[in-house]
Amino acid sequence: MRRIISVLLENEPGALSRVVGLFSQRNYNIETLTVAPTEDETLSRLTVTTSGSDRVIEQITKQLNKLVEVVKLVDLTEGPHIERELMLVKLKATGSQRAEIKRTVDIFRGQIVDVTSSVYTVQLAGDSDKLDGFIQAIGTSGVLEVVRSGVSGIARGEKVLSL
Amino acid sequence: MELLSGADMLIRSLQDEGIEYIYGYPGGAALHIYDALFRQDKVKHILVRHEQAAVHMADGYARATGLPGTVLVTSGPGATNTITGIATAFMDSIPMVVLCGQVASTLIGEDAFQETDMIGVSRPVVKHNLSVRHPSEIPEVIRKAYYIASTGRPGPVVVDIPKDMTAPNERFEYAYPKKVKLRSYSPAIRGHAGQIKKAVDMMLAARRPIIYAGGGVILGKASGQLTDLVRKLGFPITNTLMGIGCYPASDKQHLGWLGMHGTYEANMAMHHSDLILAVGARFDDRVTNATEKFCPGARIIHIDIDPASISKTIDADVPIVGPVDAVLKEMIALVKESKEKPDAEALAAWWKQIDEWRAFHGMRYETSPDVIKPQEVIEMLHRLTGGDAFVTSDVGQHQMFAAQYYKFDKPNRWINSGGLGTMGFGLPAAMGVKLTHPDDEVLCITGEGSIQMNIQELSTCKQYDLPVKIINLNNQSLGMVRQWQDMNYESRHSHSYMESLPDFIKLAEAYGHVGVRIDRKEDLEPRLKEVLAMKDKLVFVDIQVDRFEHVYPMQVARGCMKDMWISKTERV
Ligand SMILES: Cc1ncc(C[n+]2csc(CCOP(=O)(O)OP(=O)(O)O)c2C)c(N)n1
Ligand SMILES: [Mg+2]
Repeated sequence: MRRIISVLLENEPGALSRVVGLFSQRNYNIETLTVAPTEDETLSRLTVTTSGSDRVIEQITKQLNKLVEVVKLVDLTEGPHIERELMLVKLKATGSQRAEIKRTVDIFRGQIVDVTSSVYTVQLAGDSDKLDGFIQAIGTSGVLEVVRSGVSGIARGEKVLSL
Repeated sequence: MELLSGADMLIRSLQDEGIEYIYGYPGGAALHIYDALFRQDKVKHILVRHEQAAVHMADGYARATGLPGTVLVTSGPGATNTITGIATAFMDSIPMVVLCGQVASTLIGEDAFQETDMIGVSRPVVKHNLSVRHPSEIPEVIRKAYYIASTGRPGPVVVDIPKDMTAPNERFEYAYPKKVKLRSYSPAIRGHAGQIKKAVDMMLAARRPIIYAGGGVILGKASGQLTDLVRKLGFPITNTLMGIGCYPASDKQHLGWLGMHGTYEANMAMHHSDLILAVGARFDDRVTNATEKFCPGARIIHIDIDPASISKTIDADVPIVGPVDAVLKEMIALVKESKEKPDAEALAAWWKQIDEWRAFHGMRYETSPDVIKPQEVIEMLHRLTGGDAFVTSDVGQHQMFAAQYYKFDKPNRWINSGGLGTMGFGLPAAMGVKLTHPDDEVLCITGEGSIQMNIQELSTCKQYDLPVKIINLNNQSLGMVRQWQDMNYESRHSHSYMESLPDFIKLAEAYGHVGVRIDRKEDLEPRLKEVLAMKDKLVFVDIQVDRFEHVYPMQVARGCMKDMWISKTERV
């Protein structure tokens, strides 16, 4: 099953490589990984999406917790949560395609953020399925370039991941 | 406050940490540190002949004393030479701090002379690693390193020290921190009371219980509590290769050790049990055999300081995260208080069954009128040393024979590389033990293959006068490899012969030691007695043993715990 694990990590050189190293060393897979400092500059927040059996996921969280630089973590998929990913896509846009693309972008509540005579650059945010859906709707033949940020997530309601 | 250079702060920190011995080898990036060492006499440095041996020495010391070992090496090749030693300590959770020189911080990343990214290279085989980023941080980094290495589940910690951090011309205020603050690291200090209660209830209701203890009992200094609990309950106990000595082997409740080369009765009892109390053990593949066939009728209680060890390969019904000594103490109290008692009738029937298993195999082996059997060498050594020696071993058949036939009644006496299986471990580990236990008998039981992996340390033994006894069970082959080739590759002995072996007697003599060769059975006892009488000499005893011997019992690959070969021809 796909999981979203959110980690508070000491914002120190080498800490990220320990997390990434752990995944490859123990044969766990990483689908997406995002990391950035938080409002507390001594901490980074890292979100990793991964998949595996319950035993594997339990091991991943335990092994992550064992890393000295991991301060706290939560498996967001254990409860209601919000998941977002940002995507920038460059699309071939000439002639009648231009109106068609504009319509699809509107349906997916995206924005055209850059325009040339033959190219639209589209920005889209949402869960990963929505981004996949957009690419499908547009058709891969018109896609020139895709960049995705990887998933960020946060629990719904009162629950917070903090010190 | 005193003003000290980085190098002086480093050595002062070691003094303040109470470090008596460090093992190492100098080089460019570590020279400021070596100079600081020279100018004091509290921390004693042992110069090895290869950095790997320095780590094994520190490791042997740590296993015998329960205290963290310390290593000092230079950057680049000095640092990379420690990796096998560090990985060995990591797999067996041995507390240790490895101080590595590094090129100056201004040169890092430029492929400078003897630059290696030691933080990156060591990362998968350390509990943690730290780099010094400013000289003034040194006391805090050192304190942190020892704290992390020796608390929770212990392990090796590497400290990377760029050369400019130890420069003699810059001085800083020195104070050794009393406490370490680490918000992200807090090992459990006691187990969950509800879980412990539940576990004790299950234990008292069990009909075919068994206690399965591991190296964690020794690392957690909990042999006393374990012995107490086992005696109170009257349950059978087995332990892992790493747990040898955690419970007296000569006691009748002890079934010997379990797993791939464990005793018939220990493996049978595990397989047929209805309750397993695992204490500081990690259900590794050399114990469980095929995990899907593991002990089908057993419920499992698992005590470990490391949550990641619980339900990793085998699911625990009652997980208990905590230090084994504290958890066992609470269990003992509950057992004492409880109105329930273990079911005497069920236990009697269980013991009757176990005694039958015991009688069935009993660690028998065939003797021969003229060829020396490796097993009888170990049995004789056990007798001649009163079972009270520190025994280190290398890796192979000799290791298994030593573990099977030397009966250890005390913890910290059996010292081997169980997790990584590192040939070359035995001699330097024995040196680390002997250095701090000069009045104890220290035996290194080895093979002609393994001993050659760190034989250069005979020179270190001369320099520091370390009269260990090296017992070379010379079967003229990489015996354990050959055994697998006999059993799985129709005896095609691909590269398992050791041709052109050196004359070990001359070799020992060349290093200034005594060499003794034993090749006739009738000489074995008198010569071994002579050897053991040479208290102040390192003696290299080269014993020609049966070249064709196999280690039994041996679990059948991919079977369950009770599927074993018990001799070359009998499979059960
Ligand atoms: C460094 C290292 N290389 C290879 C091995 C694989 N190995 C395990 S046992 C063994 C043979 C050891 O031979 P010897 O020391 O003579 O012991 P014996 O089995 O003959 O008693 C080998 C090669 C190992 N454990 N460690
Ligand atoms: Mg051999």
